[in-house]
Amino acid sequence: MQKQLLLGDEAIAQGAIDAGLSGMYAYPGTPSTEIMEYIQSSGEAKERGIHRQWSANEKTALEAALGMSYTGKRAMAAMKHVGLNVAADPFINSSVTGINGGLIVVSADDPSMHSSQNEQDSRFYGKFALVPVYEPSSQQEAYDMVFDAFDLSEKYRIPVLFRITTRLAHSRAAVRRRLPEPQKPFRLPSDPRQFVLLPAIARKKYKALLSVYESLKYDHRLSKHNVFKDGKNRKTGVITCGIAYNYLVENFPEGGPDFPVLKLTAYPFPKDLISDLTGRCEEVLVLEEGYPIIEEGLRGILDNSLKIIGRLDGALPRDGELNPSIVGKAVGIRSEPLYKIPEVVRSRPPSFCNGCGHSDTFLAVMEALKPYKSNGVFSDIGCYTLAALPPYNIINSCVDMGASVTMAIGAADGGLHPSVAVIGDSTFTHSGMTGLLDAVIKNSHVTIIISDNSTTGMTGGQKSHATGRLEKICEGLGVEREHIRTIIPLRKNHEENVRIMKEEFDYRGVSVVISSRECIQTASRRRKSESSERKIQ
Amino acid sequence: MRNDIILSGVGGQGILSIATIISLAAVENNLYLKQSEVHGMSQRGGDVQSHLRLSSKPVSSDLIPYGKADLIISVEPMESLRYLPWLSKSGWLVTNSTPFININDYPPVEDILKEIRKIRNHKIIDGDEIARTAGSSRSGNMVILGAASHHIDLPFKSLENAVEEFFAKKGTDITGVNIKALRAGREA
Repeated sequence: MQKQLLLGDEAIAQGAIDAGLSGMYAYPGTPSTEIMEYIQSSGEAKERGIHRQWSANEKTALEAALGMSYTGKRAMAAMKHVGLNVAADPFINSSVTGINGGLIVVSADDPSMHSSQNEQDSRFYGKFALVPVYEPSSQQEAYDMVFDAFDLSEKYRIPVLFRITTRLAHSRAAVRRRLPEPQKPFRLPSDPRQFVLLPAIARKKYKALLSVYESLKYDHRLSKHNVFKDGKNRKTGVITCGIAYNYLVENFPEGGPDFPVLKLTAYPFPKDLISDLTGRCEEVLVLEEGYPIIEEGLRGILDNSLKIIGRLDGALPRDGELNPSIVGKAVGIRSEPLYKIPEVVRSRPPSFCNGCGHSDTFLAVMEALKPYKSNGVFSDIGCYTLAALPPYNIINSCVDMGASVTMAIGAADGGLHPSVAVIGDSTFTHSGMTGLLDAVIKNSHVTIIISDNSTTGMTGGQKSHATGRLEKICEGLGVEREHIRTIIPLRKNHEENVRIMKEEFDYRGVSVVISSRECIQTASRRRKSESSERKIQ
Repeated sequence: MRNDIILSGVGGQGILSIATIISLAAVENNLYLKQSEVHGMSQRGGDVQSHLRLSSKPVSSDLIPYGKADLIISVEPMESLRYLPWLSKSGWLVTNSTPFININDYPPVEDILKEIRKIRNHKIIDGDEIARTAGSSRSGNMVILGAASHHIDLPFKSLENAVEEFFAKKGTDITGVNIKALRAGREA
């Protein structure tokens, strides 16, 4: 078949479509968003009737994917690394229940935190849940591995984790496709109690999982992707994985490295491959993107007399992503003198778009808070987090999805007044609603401002579950009708918006201010597509 | 053949369009390529970059190593300087002269241009002005691509084909304006 230019994310998506996927589940999160977006815009996915709607959050996405797997069909759930924290409960338990139709969970890590709060390494979750992990280093590998991952998942009846990092997720290369496979037929689990994790059942299933985890590392669907290439210079051997492998090869444009290199692409990895390399070298250099997981595994607790070089001994930085130059230095390639960045260059942090509704919301919040000598608001994950920067400087927290609401509750418990949270609409339906229910039950003295731009803005404008439902949700959760206020964040409404916020800050109970105006990016895209539709008509 | 290109600008200025167009032209010429780009938070008015690597042999790294870029194509002058450590000493820097000012401490443009002129191989053009003359103030990115095309080892015709393919959905008017901008940039 013809080659196609695909992002790493898109290669996984196309692989899943071609491998007979029936259901795709996700919540947007950089750098994973394009997996679902690709399937949503794919004509083939539409033709095949693949389910492809956003979920409220990563937990609901993974659970729905498990439900699709229950019916015997192939399912995929995709999220950014911190999304897997949200979905950790179903993820870890799904390894104990096992699966029926193949189930792949994709977690896209963001080392160097280009668009994230931390740089946790999802491979850790693989070990934690006792599920196999694939780690591709190229777009083609990512595409091909999806087929093996589904097969492996069905053979051992466990979910499979797919770990990628930002640079692969958002890098494009040509991918050769295979002939598409049919979807799996509807077939319910033969054991009706497979998914019932009552302790007596769970104990048995956990024992079975432990033995499966030991045996599957020798399965060719995992091991065939590992590559060992011997070299005549045997002082230092290199173990590498993922995108770090590309950086290593980059440093040897003529014929590749002359030392032994083991590229690991799947976990758990077989000991014999590692011994093959360590047995013939005096020392081992470990190059891996993210946490030193392979390195720690090699080191163990007791010194085994083999010298190990990596992120733990300072040969490579302990944090941040790798690049060809860092890897080159670690393998002794000397760099030439470089141009320096002239001092005249200023940093240009991201900022609110001109005319953004969040900006008008925060200007009102800042003024309404002035009389209280309050030190700011709790906030959350989204474009609106930019209000932590000048000229606003009004946000004192950005921790995890939904934490603004619940931190405001705790701070009110501790005596803070007014205790104010500012959360986006999509973040609110992701994880803010349960916190608001807590507030209602306890009658916390908090004001929750929902900065509603009717989209999931920061990841590029995906559909928000909250659109048109916020007032009803808040009312349904038990917030008193007269303390659900809706405002439009426009400059001309500024005085009135400030007054409404002040009234609610003064109220000793739960209040919600819904500050609602469409994201100007999605509004402008919508107007463009509407005008081009009119032209066609 | 090997071209390692850094594209730079501010979120929303159209550097990903340039990247896609060069990529399409590279595919037409059966070249290997990798193109890495930035998504997410930094797109909101922040600095953005894309690494684009074309080669007649398979490309390993998705990122260009420091000091190895043959070309920096920038749609904004200050942003062209941010990626200098990637530029090879024999590489070219082609940039727009019109600043995009969305920060309070943006330096005087003349100071920026002075630094650009210190680079051995540089070309500074007023992409926005040339685009306006060509009929569309929004095609500044195509002007810059046209100006940089002398340093990309692809037939100019392939770039034109790629522009046509890229804008095909938007109709012949928009395609025409962008081709005109690309050609005006090449002659600038």
